[in-house]
Amino acid sequence: MKIFGRLSLLALALVLGALFLAGCSKESDTIKIGFDIPLTGDIPKVGEASKFAAEMLKEDINSKGGLEVGGKKYKLQFIYQDNESKADSAVNAALKLIEQDGVVAIVGPNSSKQAVPAGGICNERETPMISPWSTNPDTTKGRPWVFRAAFLDPFQGPVAVNFSAKQFGAKTAAVIFDIANDYSKGLADIFKAEWEKKMGAGSVVAFESHGTKDQDFSAQLTKILGAKPDFIFIPDNYNQVALIVKQAHDLGWKGPFMGSDAWGSAELMTLCGKDCVGQFFSTHYAAAGAQGDTKVFIDRYNQKYGYIPDDVAALTWDATRIVLQGIQDAGKVVADVKAERKLIRDAMANIKEFKGITGSMKFDAEGDPIKCAVVVRISEDGQFVFAESVCP
Amino acid sequence: MEFVFQNILNALQWGSFYALIALGYTLVYGVLLLINFAHGDIFMVGAYIAYFVATLFLATVGLSPSATLTLAVPLTMILTACVGVTLERVAYRPLRRKGAHRLYVVITALMCGLILENGNLALLGASRKNFPELLEKTVYNFMGLSVTNLKVVVIFTAIAVFLLLQFIVTRTKIGMAMRGIAWDKFAIPLMGIPVDTIIVFTFVLGSGMAGLAGLLFAMSYPVLEPYMGALIGWKAFIAAVVGGIGDIRGAFVGGFLLAFLEIGVAAVFPSTLRDLIAFTVLLLIMWRKPTGIFGVAKHQKI
Repeated sequence: MKIFGRLSLLALALVLGALFLAGCSKESDTIKIGFDIPLTGDIPKVGEASKFAAEMLKEDINSKGGLEVGGKKYKLQFIYQDNESKADSAVNAALKLIEQDGVVAIVGPNSSKQAVPAGGICNERETPMISPWSTNPDTTKGRPWVFRAAFLDPFQGPVAVNFSAKQFGAKTAAVIFDIANDYSKGLADIFKAEWEKKMGAGSVVAFESHGTKDQDFSAQLTKILGAKPDFIFIPDNYNQVALIVKQAHDLGWKGPFMGSDAWGSAELMTLCGKDCVGQFFSTHYAAAGAQGDTKVFIDRYNQKYGYIPDDVAALTWDATRIVLQGIQDAGKVVADVKAERKLIRDAMANIKEFKGITGSMKFDAEGDPIKCAVVVRISEDGQFVFAESVCP
Repeated sequence: MEFVFQNILNALQWGSFYALIALGYTLVYGVLLLINFAHGDIFMVGAYIAYFVATLFLATVGLSPSATLTLAVPLTMILTACVGVTLERVAYRPLRRKGAHRLYVVITALMCGLILENGNLALLGASRKNFPELLEKTVYNFMGLSVTNLKVVVIFTAIAVFLLLQFIVTRTKIGMAMRGIAWDKFAIPLMGIPVDTIIVFTFVLGSGMAGLAGLLFAMSYPVLEPYMGALIGWKAFIAAVVGGIGDIRGAFVGGFLLAFLEIGVAAVFPSTLRDLIAFTVLLLIMWRKPTGIFGVAKHQKI
């Protein structure tokens, strides 16, 4: 009996070992890419746009038999993890994608608030990550494994400064921003420094902060209106923009607002309505009046999902294509996930120029693209119409 | 001076919401000595009910905005009251019947709040809802102050609700029964007072007011999301405790006190310090008077 027991134990161990080995050495012909995006939380429309754009790209490639790498076609598998628009959840989502799902690269997170911490994790675990939408410099700074598809706030800030100085003939500015959001805080600081450099010290007459969950901004806006600025700069997410703009009008503000790229969601106009008409914001692309590949993308997206894609959708499309380009440039797919990640990172770092639908971009040593920004005006029918393009 | 008066107006509007929500906490506590932590989420449900009622009458039936508003006020209050009563029937009453300690009922209330939040998330998705404009917005300007007609409506509604509830609780028979249950819930049934009916009535009042607050809130801040009731609910609860939970005047005073502190701090100091200073002041008040401004010491509180 004893011998039998030992034998059965041995058999069990053999079976388990065989399963384990089979799991490891299975010749896979799929490539897994993870998405760390906000499907719920404060900005669910951003996550939805990312997912829709990625699904469209995946269908394109898989319907042609897969992505061709070194003469062999690989099917793409995209895994979407919800980061709830929270920093801690973004880190957990990244860990899950890296450790459990074994993805070769991660696209996302979109907001800097999540991209900065998640970037740290990806860099540590040596997994290539590309954030479509994050504009805060810290996301990629000193992180060879982290890339992005969007321009940076040190570039966006001056764009907003120069445009509003020219467009509104403004001498003084006021800023209201979200103190708990890396993106909003970073951009507000850059804007303030840049504006005061241009217009002299004290020309930012009010610099007010609020919390992420705040719904009433009347105290801050009363303070801002009391300082009588020429315009108000709001580097905030679209959901807060809708409330801030409405409340400023309630308090009697008649002047202009200037916004940043976080305004550019398809949901801005359903929430904000006529209060936002005529305002300007800087962003990554203008959907109205687009041409070439960009127009093809917009039309297809609109046909498939029923609304004009916002900048996040376009940037996710570009970011995912940069990853795919990296996989193809590597020239081969190896079974070991760690080695494959290294191949992809090196190939992505070697991409010198990329023609995306949000404009052509060159990459610098930090993995940041050098690309143009556009300023759009919100038209009467709620479209984001091209006003000006600014290139570095 | 303008700056000060403008901020007083801001604080009156913001305080009206705290007061309306705090009234619900205080009513239930006053009768059952139960902290109904789901109340903030009942307020959220009220805002969503208002949204569905409003879009139904505006878009589907095609009524004018003013007619919609007239219908939306009673309907929202009634439907939200139903939600509150359902919660009482499903979650709190069975526990009371089994004689569970109040602690367990409080935990149940917390869970009910989370269920309402996440149920909404699952049912309607994370996308925000935009509340339609029911009241043609007019901005009045006088002496450098700006006030919208909506702001005036909100402030006067809060005052009217306070007077009404104060009247019901202190001057009517049913109010006397409500106070009686809080006093001694074993002796009251012996007097021939139907305890369950009184408790249901309390939930109707509290949840109805939360529904009204939800409607007005959705009109003032027209972006709805599933978690909108959580933070404001917590703060209103704190306001009720500082005012003296169980006392209608306490909820009213506490709500406005918190709003004046928040707006006042944000107006003078950097707005980052708002919650820090506001809640430090409230802490000092509690430290001086642990039962709140209007509260009287009772035994066996949780």
